[in-house]
Amino acid sequence: MPLRRVLCLVAVGRWRPRFREGTHVSVNLSKGQGISLQKSDGATLTAVRMGLGWQAAQRRGLFGKRTKEIDLDASAVLFADKQPVDVVFFRHLVSDDGSVKHTGDNLVGGAGQGGDDEAILVDLQRVPVHIDQIVFTVNSFTGQTFAEVENAFCRLVDETNGQEMARYTLTGGGQYTAQIMAKVHRQGSGWQMTALGEPANGRTFQDLMPTILPKL
Amino acid sequence: MTAELVRGQNHPLPGARVEIRVSAGTPVVAGATLNDAQGRMRDAGWIAHPAAPQLPGVEVSRQAAAVHHLAVDLDALREDVHRVNVLLALPTGPGAPADFAGLAAPFLAVTGLDGEQIASYTVTGLSAESAVVALELYLRQGTWKVRAVGQGYAGGLAAMLADQGLAEAHTLADTINETVAAGMARSVAPAPDRPTRHAPGNRPEAERPTPGGGPIDYRHPRRAASTPPAAPSTAARPGTVPPQGGAADGSRPAAAPVAGDAPGWSMEERLYNQVWGMFEDLARSVAAYRSAVDFADSRMERELDSVLDDPRARVGSAVETARAEAQARHSALVEQARAVLERDMAQLEAESEVVEPALPPALARWDNPVWQAYEPPAEPPMALRVGDLSIPERAGLRIPMLVRLPLERGLWIDSGRLRGGEAGPVDGDELRRLAQLTATALAARIVAVHPADELTLQVIDPAGSAAGALLPLVESGVLPEAPAAGASGVARTLERLTRRVDLVQMAVRNQATDALPPDLDLADQLLIVHDFPHGFDDRAVNQLRYLADEGPSVGVGLLMVADREEARGYGPVLDPLWRSLLRLTPVPDDHLADPWVGHAWTYEPPLAPSGSQVVPQVLRRVVAARHSSGG
Repeated sequence: MPLRRVLCLVAVGRWRPRFREGTHVSVNLSKGQGISLQKSDGATLTAVRMGLGWQAAQRRGLFGKRTKEIDLDASAVLFADKQPVDVVFFRHLVSDDGSVKHTGDNLVGGAGQGGDDEAILVDLQRVPVHIDQIVFTVNSFTGQTFAEVENAFCRLVDETNGQEMARYTLTGGGQYTAQIMAKVHRQGSGWQMTALGEPANGRTFQDLMPTILPKL
Repeated sequence: MTAELVRGQNHPLPGARVEIRVSAGTPVVAGATLNDAQGRMRDAGWIAHPAAPQLPGVEVSRQAAAVHHLAVDLDALREDVHRVNVLLALPTGPGAPADFAGLAAPFLAVTGLDGEQIASYTVTGLSAESAVVALELYLRQGTWKVRAVGQGYAGGLAAMLADQGLAEAHTLADTINETVAAGMARSVAPAPDRPTRHAPGNRPEAERPTPGGGPIDYRHPRRAASTPPAAPSTAARPGTVPPQGGAADGSRPAAAPVAGDAPGWSMEERLYNQVWGMFEDLARSVAAYRSAVDFADSRMERELDSVLDDPRARVGSAVETARAEAQARHSALVEQARAVLERDMAQLEAESEVVEPALPPALARWDNPVWQAYEPPAEPPMALRVGDLSIPERAGLRIPMLVRLPLERGLWIDSGRLRGGEAGPVDGDELRRLAQLTATALAARIVAVHPADELTLQVIDPAGSAAGALLPLVESGVLPEAPAAGASGVARTLERLTRRVDLVQMAVRNQATDALPPDLDLADQLLIVHDFPHGFDDRAVNQLRYLADEGPSVGVGLLMVADREEARGYGPVLDPLWRSLLRLTPVPDDHLADPWVGHAWTYEPPLAPSGSQVVPQVLRRVVAARHSSGG
């Protein structure tokens, strides 16, 4: 698996269209539920974003409220025929082909206002032809379980217009440190997303491979 | 002085009365919305549009057109207006383009009353949008400024107006579109993409010959699809805009590439970033292709292995069938990957075709016409093209190899046998000669892109073996003195440059640059060393290493022509020197790796086409400029 370089060059998204639209119709996914990534007008999706947001958990300490920092990491593993071919995570921010980009590592999470703290952008049209599945995962790098994380979510957004297509809530995830969130896979000429929501334990995506493989 | 704005950049406005000139490749609707201090449009009366073209302080035109002039008087605006948004929208209606994809990027210029351009902005990167807020004029602490916005809306005018808080956005958008459509019926929109052999220029529609030659056209006015698009304009009827190419069949063509389509503060920086963007895109596209092919290969191998492992399948035709199937799957995947690669290459080639002619001299090849019109610049450029890079998948697509100036590391032109051993027809002497020519071509480039007086060449040619290649530099007079020859010449030149580095370093460290001796040449220096290590003793080698390490920070660059084998006698002492230099080759060679995926790129040196006089001609202009400035 190519984990060769630590890239600090975040590419300028030259082929990525940018504009926005106001409406938000989102599906709240439950585990195992699949949605087709077709737009309402029949056109297939061209660019999606996997956004991850969380708020550091608060705990009562001796000196009152104290915030403990929590580092969640989003990763995307690219599979061809059930073999991992490439991975995009905080140490390899752009897939070798440039179609999958991580916007950068966030070590502490947000204020819980609902914005994405980490995001992975996928330009579906530019994904190499042999890649047939992309699995998105979330890990707790600092080791806290999801029970300690507040307001955590993972969502899939149509990057061309900013519309949220699916949302998955992590909060109350129990004594787990990782979760296989969702997979995006080829379906006919387009792509489909399936929510996986499979809990797991591990510090980085490598630890999750045994959990991912049966889900492909 | 025009400020070329990039998205998000702002610029102060010198006066209250400005004109905004819009030019687009197709008729567009131009309008202006007014916002209060909270950024909201209070009501429908806060927008100047074709149906209501005049508001206090703002006037727009009544119809869609490819060119607009908007007049704004900021003093005449209502008190509570804090922002004026300049918007562009595509007209709706049959035949009009559905979005900005594939259309030329709209250009806006803000000018004063005297016609003096204050700021300009090219709205690049639009695709599926059909309306865009291009500029905003806004009040910040009592002064008005202009900002490049470039915010597009796929939902068109209605979405844009709703975004600014207008409740009746849809109604108003419909009103505007109706007005524009009515205006279109009166005026004839030019058809930019259609060949109009019979109706050149802006000849009024009424004068166009009716198809068929008779006074009446018997064909159905809306059923023009059978007409081949290349035919003379027959489909255009009053009240319709001829369809744009590609929009009719539903497949969206990739946006036409534009030179300078990248972030940056100046055109030069944008082109520089665009070239790096193309480099990265090419590297990644090829990586996608190669990984797909690798995967196809390994999958086929696996499938064939599994067939052979199964003893039952070994008999009969099952093996052959399985083999054929595996091969078919392999070639299908490779073909698919190839098609994607072709698509990307076509886009990059189209981009390269518009970018190359737009490059300034420092980034252009010698055969670019920009060198024919060369004049010594007033400022050194940010980067220099030191050659071309290409990749075997598409050898014809050559990406400029750009390095930042001033050079952070020296250049080493390797005159030795190539590592790959594929030098082929080029023998050692020829290679050495080509290396010397490459050095001259690079030196001429570096001299030419600096202001005439700001770079001095120093040449060490101990045995005089590079005299032929140095001729253009000597003859033109760019070299102030003859190349240093012999061991004494080497020692003298290195001594002088070492002293300069020492003095300047000391002066900079003590902030006493005015205390430098008057005989010191303050221009940047470029030292060209031929035939290394000929004529070098241990002391000279140490001085050279010192210059390579310390020189770049005080404006002393190094360009070496050397064969590493010949300097072998010095042992590992020189290894750090070789490592610190950027190695270039006099013949195409694939020794450079990109920073993203590490492909091996074929480097081609920046030699002028054979027989071209461009290099001597450019050098003569440099010398002429030096004389005229009294240098």
